[in-house]
Order: sequence, then structure tokens, then C-alpha cells
Amino acid sequence: MSTLTQPTGTASTPAPEVRTYASYSRPYWQRVVLSREFAVIALLVAVFVYSQSQVDYFDGPQTLYYLFRDTASILLLALPMTAIIVTGEIDLSVASIVGLTSVAFGMLHVDAGMSVTLAAVLAVAIGAVCGAFNGFLVAYVGLPSIAVTIGTLALFRGIGAGLLGTESRTDFPDSWTDLAKERIVEGQPYPMILIPFAVLAVLFALMLHFSSFGRGIYEIGLNDEAAHFTGVDVARTKAVLFVLSGTVAGFVGIYTTLVTGVARAENSTGLELPVIAACLLGGVSIFGGKGALHGVIAGVLLIGVIQRAMLLESFTINIINITIGVLLVLSVMSTSLLALGRRAVAAGRGARDSRRPPSAPASGR
Amino acid sequence: MSDTAVRPSAASPVSRVLNDLLRSRELAVAVVLVLLVAVTTLNSSSFLFGSTGWRDLLLTPSMLVLLAVGQTCVLITRNVDLSVGSTLGLTAYLTGRLFIDTNLPIVVVVLAGILMGAVLGLVNGVLVAWGRVPALVITLGTMYIYRGAFLTWAGSDRINADDMPSTFRNLGTESVLGIPVLTIVAVVVLAVVGYYLRTAGGGRELYAIGSDPDAAALYGLKVRRRILFAFVLSGALAGLAGVVSAARFGTVSSSVGTGVEFEAVGAAVIGGVAIFGGSGTVWGAALGAFLLVTINRALPVLGISDFWQQAVVGALIVAAIILDRVLVRRQEKALVAARDTPAGSTSPGPPTATPVVAGASPSTSGTQEAVR
Amino acid sequence: MVEQSRVALELRDVAKSFGAVAALRSGTLVVERGSIHALVGENGAGKSTLVKIVAGVHRRDSGTFRLHGEDVDFASTAESKGSGVAVIYQEPTLFPDLSVTENIFMGRQPRSRFGRIDRGAMHREALELFARLGVEIDPRRPALGLSIADQQIIEIAKAISLDASVLIMDEPTAALSGVEVERLFAVARSLRDEGRALVFISHRFEEVFALCDTVTVMRDGAYVSTDPIAEITVDDIVSRMVGREVADLFPKTPATIGEPVLEVEGLERAGVFHDVSFTVRAGEIVGLAGLVGAGRSEIARAVFGVDGYDAGSVRLAGRPVKPRNPRAAIRSGMAFVPEDRRKQGLVTDGSVARNVAGVIRGGLARAGLLTSAAENRAAGPWAAKLEVKTSALDMHAATMSGGNQQKVVIAKWLATDPTLLIIDEPTRGIDVGTKAEVHRLLSELAGEGLAILMISSELPEVLGMADRVLVVCEGRITADIDRADATPENVMRAATNATSHTAEEVPA
Repeated sequence: MSTLTQPTGTASTPAPEVRTYASYSRPYWQRVVLSREFAVIALLVAVFVYSQSQVDYFDGPQTLYYLFRDTASILLLALPMTAIIVTGEIDLSVASIVGLTSVAFGMLHVDAGMSVTLAAVLAVAIGAVCGAFNGFLVAYVGLPSIAVTIGTLALFRGIGAGLLGTESRTDFPDSWTDLAKERIVEGQPYPMILIPFAVLAVLFALMLHFSSFGRGIYEIGLNDEAAHFTGVDVARTKAVLFVLSGTVAGFVGIYTTLVTGVARAENSTGLELPVIAACLLGGVSIFGGKGALHGVIAGVLLIGVIQRAMLLESFTINIINITIGVLLVLSVMSTSLLALGRRAVAAGRGARDSRRPPSAPASGR
Repeated sequence: MSDTAVRPSAASPVSRVLNDLLRSRELAVAVVLVLLVAVTTLNSSSFLFGSTGWRDLLLTPSMLVLLAVGQTCVLITRNVDLSVGSTLGLTAYLTGRLFIDTNLPIVVVVLAGILMGAVLGLVNGVLVAWGRVPALVITLGTMYIYRGAFLTWAGSDRINADDMPSTFRNLGTESVLGIPVLTIVAVVVLAVVGYYLRTAGGGRELYAIGSDPDAAALYGLKVRRRILFAFVLSGALAGLAGVVSAARFGTVSSSVGTGVEFEAVGAAVIGGVAIFGGSGTVWGAALGAFLLVTINRALPVLGISDFWQQAVVGALIVAAIILDRVLVRRQEKALVAARDTPAGSTSPGPPTATPVVAGASPSTSGTQEAVR
Repeated sequence: MVEQSRVALELRDVAKSFGAVAALRSGTLVVERGSIHALVGENGAGKSTLVKIVAGVHRRDSGTFRLHGEDVDFASTAESKGSGVAVIYQEPTLFPDLSVTENIFMGRQPRSRFGRIDRGAMHREALELFARLGVEIDPRRPALGLSIADQQIIEIAKAISLDASVLIMDEPTAALSGVEVERLFAVARSLRDEGRALVFISHRFEEVFALCDTVTVMRDGAYVSTDPIAEITVDDIVSRMVGREVADLFPKTPATIGEPVLEVEGLERAGVFHDVSFTVRAGEIVGLAGLVGAGRSEIARAVFGVDGYDAGSVRLAGRPVKPRNPRAAIRSGMAFVPEDRRKQGLVTDGSVARNVAGVIRGGLARAGLLTSAAENRAAGPWAAKLEVKTSALDMHAATMSGGNQQKVVIAKWLATDPTLLIIDEPTRGIDVGTKAEVHRLLSELAGEGLAILMISSELPEVLGMADRVLVVCEGRITADIDRADATPENVMRAATNATSHTAEEVPA
């Protein structure tokens, strides 16, 4: 209730000489440069510059356009996924929600004869309902999100498959499918989808990094019990994030349908994995509590650039998958390898790692 | 339940075992399975009694049973192995390749497949146990890597039935005393692993590690070595499943094994294996696998489009974890309520009996068994 | 000096640091065979660290560590067990999913042929152990849901079954009732008579004097003295533990007691607490005393809304407070410093600034936007006021000492300008200096009209600080004693249940 910014009120009188604190222990440039996010961004720039100069046709007119168009789904889904992983949960069902909403969108438009707009609104709503279902089970029933979303991964995709079977709907107005493929400025490599992405990215960044709600998200990930004791509504926060995840997945379902021109149940199968991989690559800790949106966006683009460049170098998609897998393992291992190194140094001084440190653990988790 | 639960000496072993069995998750899944088969057979007698009905009923789940058994061992240590589908694909292709490129006897090829799976599992295990990174992330990464390796190796090749000796392919359809060979393989594996988990020190330690990893370290258990073992076992069984799939289908396509990791986890969860470790049996997981596969086969017979299979499977997984939660909640409530009415307390008012027996009140023991 | 061959466990000048924090500066403990050795000291004196070094949980930085005359250096708990050291920790460490029997024998189950676990033998042995301990627990039930006392019994059974030559018990009686304590003592004496060495850590001096042969005192991570129990008095021990007169520690200043602030009526939660009613007035410090596990923290948690309750009502300043909603409690003017500061009190991996501004941050946002700068501006003065020692506001709370962490937690709650402060174990695990600071602060806050509900397991703290002592036993308030009338005897009697036949056995 208090909106105090200065300690006033009933508490004891301030000490005569008031201690002051520096806000930060390290200078600004160190905090920026020595961060995980900066490393990912630097790697992205390096890979991009290298590709520009060394990979034939990478600087061609279509490369970046297709890069953005194809990674747009992952970029969008990574926004709510970041927040969910920061709370220590996970949503494996996003790609299935994309599939289901794609089917729903196609059927509502083609079979039920609704306008594209109305069908799209309803499809997004269906996505939100799917997210709410996950959120309810995880946040209010208290079930582990990995188990719940493995179940709904099958369930949501299964409903799509049940509704449409192996059929598909392709009868969409050209004006809409063209819009999905259009460029913001003709001649520039930026597809239209980047506009809604930019808007959502800003909104998610504000929510995650510049709001009390966002602070709660990080606290839940670091220590949900302490968050609860501090008055953070842990359940509601998680539920909101899952609903957001479903909503964004619904939007991606429509985008995927329009950009490919096909509504079918198999759309975006397996897409949850690159989304999660990109989040982890971008510096989000799977234990929760750590990560930032700019790192994740750089992570998605890094995967995209590597894919593009390798495709142009005529590597097969398989080699590319191996590369991404190795990158993912290395990136998550890097944190613990560093910790291991630090611990080895500490061990030299006799401070042995212990699971139950008595008074002052050097590393909480 | 009566006093027998508190005063252990009074309960006869037979009644105790019977009691445990009646309250077990395994029995519940088995009953559902039997009902499903019965209803489906009433609809169409060929489901069970047709020329291939009986065989398919037993044969089709054998691959998933192997994976579910391996997955259970990993899950009870509070880990997960998402790479089993890719491992399966890789070993299935290896099997075909060995038949094409070498003249090795079938036994050696099968062992090579298992060994390959074990090595892939070893990689997972080392990364998880020593890398201090959650298994979900590691095996997500190796899932990509193994699948990529498989597809790169295979290229546009496809192993066809002609590439493999007929004696090997016959293993996929042959029966001994009316029971398909591959089912026998799966059941033998199930029995051995089930026996190990229940009666061997190492098996019990897997449960302990999953139940409370910190306590396991304080007990001085070899946590890393056990986790490594679980992953190697899971990998080896995925390897065996790859060989089985090659024998059963006679072909190896690039998509073999995609998505089975989620089915394996789902089968285990349906069978009562806790996703956060510490409890569940391979018997339950195997029955879960049977149920999943049989539902898939039964739906068309029951007049439901088989496009709905996946939805039913998903609903089943969600229902299973909700059921688990409800049972745990009920058990917790009973345990807490039991503290208010300690055994031996005759007068109302503040409890005066020693709390030592209070915790072990008779009314609670039953529900615990139900959760196991 | 004792004859070398009779010494079972010997630690000399053992030191151990965690990062910048020296948990143990110079620990010395020499325990003879066939004796029960008491190790006493305040929280944070380094007893638990010493025990964990013996157990192989931690490795010492320096000093001598001998077992039966031989130098040892345990790298793991398995090694210490293998050498015959058994430790019973304050908090039982059991596997909730496994049966009681398996918990006792995990890692060293009796085997029959082919390495198969002999379940029959295991159960028989478990029953024998329980018979010896005089308890009745079904060895086949899972450990999940056992009361703390039962869990403690299983830990003891585990230690006995190890056939250990050195047995260390870290506050084993904290959660036990009178009968259970007596039973434990009987077992301990019989183990001593078999020639084993026992180390007994306890805060209850009457238990130390009833059971032990020798007593070693520690203070601030260092050894103070070792004496035969017959040659020392309680007052000697206390003054050595504290290093100064006890009165200094509790600078209780009289405060004018005002209107009721917190009114709790008929609070009830099945299996946890029953019919709890009490009032805390402005300027009053109400102490909530009782055994560990009696339900004190649970009552506090329910009042604050972290947990729910089945019946009853909570009113603050005359207004009802919504149940099961910490936000509502905070809005109504409650603040809650919880028992376990690392798990509940603060986000240890979060910065000092974010922890301190953690509750008030909603009001720091401008146009819905919350910036780190705003948090730093708000947190700085509060950290300064509590004299939190940190180099910068972005330092993680994890790197700080227990006392400093506690200051961060208190700062965070005082920043909300509360009318009621609930504080659970205000000085657990913090150094003596900070302890006095916390006590002085509580006194001052009460003097300024804050209502304080203080839960403490340290009797001197309760008696020294509280205007009124409420005693909780088995989930019920069994006594409401005024400051003037409160004595260790009547509080302990109420805490161990005066209606029980065991009450008379509680040594006073």
C-alpha cells in the first residue's frame, strides 16, 4: 500500500550519519559487455558479418527477407516462452496450438464462411483458451508444466487432426495471403510480419523488464516461495503467461496459414523445440529467474542466420540441425562449465561444493 | 483397513500383498485396458479373435514398452530422456546398414544396435550427471544432434525389406506358443528391469535419488553413477527398440521414431510414474504403453476416426496427471487429519498420546498405497 | 589432557569459510569413548559447521581432524559413514516416497543371494530397532507425512543400525515431547555404555545436565572451553556462550501499550492448529513460544495469508483481513519476516535493491513503468537505516552473512510502513552482534507503537523481549503469561503440554 520512496513514517529515527550505497558494483560498460546477452548479440553480429562476406548469395536481395519471414513464427513464440521459462515452467504445447488454430481459422473461414477477420479473431481466442487450459492446470491445480504440456501437445494437435484429418483448407483471399508475404517497404528485405512482432516485442519487454509484474516473474523463477511471501500472486502470474503464450500461438497459427496459404493440422509440427532452443541459447536459464528478451531475440536470429548461411553453402538441413543441437548443448553447458571452473578454484582453497551449505552459499542453485 | 497397517506383525504377507495390489495404479490401468479390449471386441470380434488380432494386440506395443521401461528408469531419478526417438531412428538405420554392408550374424547386429543406443545414452548421462544441466535441455539438444546424424548418414537412402535377411524380418511376425517373439523380448526386458528396480540396491537408489536428490547426496549414495546408469539403460533400450522396429516394419524411413519420446513419457505418466521422480514402476509404464497403443488401434473399430487418436492420447495423459494430483491431495489431507486423532487417545480435547504413533494412524495407510 | 587411546573424535583449530564468511574460525572438540559430550553455543557459533565437517559434508580449510587417533579427511558423507560416524541432523533428511525401512537401510541393505535385497531381514531389523527405541511405526509405510518427531526417530534408528562408533546428534530433541526425550536419552545412555562416543547438541541446558558427561562451549565460530559436567553450572555456560551478561542482549525498553492491532479469533486448521485466539496491541511485543513443530509458524503463516485456514477470523485494526491472500494482509498493514530467510524471506539470487524494494515496488512505478533506478532510490535509504553491509545495491543477497540477510528482510518489510510486524525466529543463525542490533531495533519499533508478534525457539529471547508470552503446544495455545510472571519453567511446562502425564518429568 505504501508508495513511499523515502523511509519516513513510524519506524525508528534515522541514524545520525546515514550510510549511502553505490547502485552498481561494476561500471556500466562491464555490466553490458560481460553479460550473456551481449555474448549472443556479438556472436550474431560476427556470424552475420562473416556470412555477408564469405557466403555466396548471402547478401542477395532475398536472403534476409526469407530469413525474417521464416523465423517470424519462432520470434513471436519466443516472446511468451521467455517469460514462461523465466518463471521456471515450460510450454511444450505452443506448436500444437499453432496447428489447432490454423485448422480452426481455415475451417471457420472456408467451411463456416466467416470473414477472414472474424475467423482470425475467433482462432486467436481459441489459442487463448488453450493457453488458459494449460495455465489453469499448471497454476491453480499445481501440476508440473512439463507433464501438462506434453499432454496438451498431443491433445491440441490431436483435436486439429481430428477435425480436419489429412485434409487441408487453401481457399483464402489473395489480398490476405499477399499481405502476409508483403514487404513493409518495397525493395527492402523486411516482411510485414515484423510490424506486429516489433509491437509485441516492445510490449513484452516492458512487461518483463519494466513492470512490477515482470519483477514478480523473475522472483517466481528464483524463489517462488519467497515471491509468495512477498505478496506476488504466483498462480495468477503463471496463468496469465500461459494465456499470453496461447494467444500469441493463435496469432502465429493465422500467420502460418496465410503465409503458406494452407490450413492443416500438421502446420508447424515440432516448432516448440527450436523456440525453446532459441530461448536457452539466448541466455534464459532453464532453472528460471534469469534471461532477457534482447538475448532471446538475438538467439532466434542467430539460429536463423546460421540456417540461411548453411543452406546457401549447400549443407543439408540435417547438418544444420546438428549444429543447432551442439550450439544449444554448448551454450547451456557454458554456464555450468564456468561455474565448475570457479568451483575448482574455490576447491583449491578448501571450499568444497556442498548441496546444503550452512550459512552463506556461494551459489544458490 | 484395520489396525494391521500400524501393527506390522499382525498383517499376513498374503493379505498385505493383495491389499497393495488392489490399490495399485497398475491394476487400475490394467482394468481399463481389459475393458477397452472387451468393448472393442464386442464391436468387432476380429479385434481380438481375428487372424492377426491377437498377434497385433501383443505385438504392436512391444516397441513402446521398451521405450517406456527405459524412460521410467530415467524419470524416477527426476530426469527425462527426450532423445530416445532419435536414438531409435539411428539404431534402426544402423541395423539395416549392417545387414547391407556386412555379413554379420543377426545376434551381432542386434547387439551392435543395443551398444549404439547405450553409447548415445552414455553421452546424455555424462552431460547430465557432470554438466549440471537439466536433462530436459541436454536431451533436447542431443535429440537434434542424433536425428541430424541419422539423416545425414542416411541421406536419401531408405532401408527396404529386401535389404534385410528374411530370418531377421520373420522375427517381427513370428510367434512362439501364440506369443509374438518381439513381445517376448519386451516382456523379458520388462521383467529384468522390474526385478532390478524392486530388489537390487542400485534400483532402490534410483528411487531414492529421484525422491530427494539432496538427501541422496547426504546418504552418500553415488548419485552421478546411478543417473549415468539410468541414461545408458534408456539409450540401450531405445537401441533395442530401433532393432525391433526394423524387424517389425521391415523398412527404415527417415521419419522413424519421430515423436515417440513424448509417447514414452506419456505411457510412463499414465502408468503412474511421477514426472518429478521417486515413484512409479516399469509395470505401470508398460501397461500405459499397452493402453496407448491399444487405444490407437481400437478407435477405428469403435467408429471413431483414427484422426482423433492423438487427441485421446493427450487427454489420457492430462487425465492421468490430474488423477495423480487428486490422489496425493487426498492422501495429504488424510495424513494431516490423522494427526488430530492419534491412535490410543480415548478422551477428546488436547491429544495426550505420544505423537510417535499418531503419524502412523491406520486410516492413512491405504491411501498411500493407492498413490504408489 | 585425556589419554590418547580413549579419544574417539578429535578436532583441533578447525577452520572453515564460505566465500567471505568465516563459519568456523577455530573449532576444537575432543570426545572420549563411552561418553556423551555436549556441544553448546548460540546459533551461528559454528556448531553445525563443525558437525558437517565431521560428517564429510564440508571439508575443513585447516586444522587437525582425527578419528580414533588417525588423521582423517572426509571428502564425502559415504566416507564418514564408512569410518563409523553417524550424524543426526536438525532437519531430518528422508526420502518421502520410500518406505520407513528403506529409509533406514538405503545404500546398505541386507542382501541375500544374487545381491537381491533381503526385504524380510530388513523389516525384521527395522522392527527390532523400533522395539529398542520403544516406538511403534509401521516399517512399510512411506516416510511421506510422518511427523517431525517420527522422522527424528527414524534418523536415530538409522544411526543406531549403522553401528557407529561416533554418533552426533544435532538438536535431536527440538521437536520431541517429554516421553520421547526420555526414551531417546535411555537409548543414548545404553549406546554410551557400549563404549561409543556421543556428541549431543542442544539448547536446553536441563537436557545437557541430565544426559551429558562433558560439555564444550563455542562462541562466534571458536572454541571457548571444555569441562566435566559436574564442575560447571548453567550460569557459567551461559556467560561463556554469550561472552557478556545476558541482560545486555535484550535491551527491552518499556513501551506504552495501546489499542488492539491484531485480533485473531478461533483460528482453526485441521491437523495443524485449533481454536487459536489472541490479540496483539500497538507497542506490544507478543512472544509465541513452544516446541519446534508445535504449530507456531503455521499460525503466523495463516494470519499473514500465506496459508489458508478452515475456520476463524483475522482482524487488523478492527477490519477483517481476507484469508489466504498475502497481498491483502500487506495492504492491511501486516509485515512478515519468515522463519527461513533463505527460502522464504528473500530472493538470494536477487540484488539487495530488488529485495528491499520487493514489496513496495508496485508504488514505485511511474506511468506503469518500473525502472531499476527507481528501485535503487527507494532501497538505498532503507538499507542504510538497517546498516546493511554491502558494497553496492546490485550485490546478490546470497553472498551476504546471515545477519546481513536478516537486515535486508527487515528493511524490506519496514519499507511498507506496517502497523503489525510478525517476525519468526528473528535471530536464528545470525552473529551475536547483529542479534543485539535486531533486539534493539524490535524494542525501538515497539516503542514507536508498532505491534510485534515474535516467534522464537530461544527461551531467553522470548523471556527477554516479550511483553506477553503465548505458549503453543500441539496446535493449541496452552498458556498466556505476562512478562512479569513468565519463567522458563512455566513456559516449558505449557510447551510440553501440562495436561500430559509427562509434564512432571520435564526437568526445570
